[in-house]
Amino acid sequence: MTEKNKDIIIDFKHHQAAHCENGAASNLLKHHNIHLSEPMVFGIGSGLFFSYMPFIKLNYLPVISFRPLPGMIFKRITRRLGIKITRERFNDQAKSMERLDESLRNGIPTGCLVGVYHLTYFPAPYRFHFNAHNIIVYGRQNGSYLISDPIMETPVSLTKEELMRVRFAKGTYPPKGRLYYIEGVPDSYNLKEAIIKGIHNTCKDMLEIPVPLFGVKGIRYLSKRMKRWPKRLGKKKASLYLGQVVRMLEEIGTGGAGFRFIYAAFLQEASKVLNRDELMQASREMTEAGDRWREFAVISGRIIKDRAGSEESYESASNILLEIADREEKIFKFLKKLPLN
Amino acid sequence: MKEKEVPQDNEGLLEGKLREVCYAVDDNGNYVTVLSTGWTPKNAALKQAWADVNDKIEETKQNVLTGKLSPLAYYMEKNIMNLKLLSQYAGIPKWKVKRHLKPGVFQKLADETLGKYAQALDITIDELKTFM
Repeated sequence: MTEKNKDIIIDFKHHQAAHCENGAASNLLKHHNIHLSEPMVFGIGSGLFFSYMPFIKLNYLPVISFRPLPGMIFKRITRRLGIKITRERFNDQAKSMERLDESLRNGIPTGCLVGVYHLTYFPAPYRFHFNAHNIIVYGRQNGSYLISDPIMETPVSLTKEELMRVRFAKGTYPPKGRLYYIEGVPDSYNLKEAIIKGIHNTCKDMLEIPVPLFGVKGIRYLSKRMKRWPKRLGKKKASLYLGQVVRMLEEIGTGGAGFRFIYAAFLQEASKVLNRDELMQASREMTEAGDRWREFAVISGRIIKDRAGSEESYESASNILLEIADREEKIFKFLKKLPLN
Repeated sequence: MKEKEVPQDNEGLLEGKLREVCYAVDDNGNYVTVLSTGWTPKNAALKQAWADVNDKIEETKQNVLTGKLSPLAYYMEKNIMNLKLLSQYAGIPKWKVKRHLKPGVFQKLADETLGKYAQALDITIDELKTFM
């Protein structure tokens, strides 16, 4: 065995998370002795969002998202804590693996952006062509790479070929071998200030984007369009559209109700750090909004199962969304005005 | 959502490979994490997506059997790919892939080209050629 191919095992602790990007960030930070929970990472990274872009289609279905663009949470949390990171992309597959090996030899657990379609340890029903999954590579043993996948309960492994394949998945947002790692952390950081910045950023995202596709306006827009789905699209297509909303809302990674419960957990933790009871109140209201999202999913689930799907059910699903928009608008207007410091 | 209400509607979709982290409140109103094996509405949405994929595969299979499309079309659908994605994975221009979906053109393809497709679709050249 040559020096280059020697086994490497970095002492890296795997913690399961709801969402891959929060989890990757939280686990990498913990490795550098910054112990922040998943909700804390999510809140400081301003992970809560809503967007509905019916004119952009993915697999013939409109794009709906409950989070900002992939990579944003990691970018924001590291910036707000003053953490230096390195991010690289590659055209050459072999080079990207050499670079990863080099990083591992230096004892650095390294984040990789991957596609899930060829991710062999993933449950098959969840393997679609989705290219924004985050994993941490923390070593190499007997020719296999040791992987901490934040959504898995325990660490897993991939062969070199398997890892290379998922790092160079094709399609929408191809990862292009993207890797990232923490270069260094400051001696101290201002957690309170980071939390406040995170909250204010989310208020802005949810209330102030001057296009009706985003934030609470986006929820209202979806509600309005949804009412017309059965007539405009026919029952089968309408039902597929609704299924898409439920998948985005609940599929692996949202922690339930399109991240609303994770965000409520963040507000709860934030209320303790900042010593503000008002944030606890906001947390409770966010939980209620999340519960309404779950009710929306229950109604939608019934429509999906009954392939005929009556028009009246779309009406009630759409009405819940309007109510949710009002609730979330109230929460974020309250948070925006709350003098935090 | 209350801690005790976190659903455990296991319909085998996670294949026992993991349980998902959910956030819920305990009796004191504090947030905790609970592992879940699934939830009926989301299971329904995922199954619906697969039913749609399987409908398309079945439709394409019929078109291959009746000689309207080449086996390549079938394996493309089976991998949930479209022309663009298959073109990217195989490294063959989209307009050529489109032509190769025609049975007549497909039959004349060199093994080198077939090899590229086979690799992109995770099958052997023989599997690609001897459909059914």
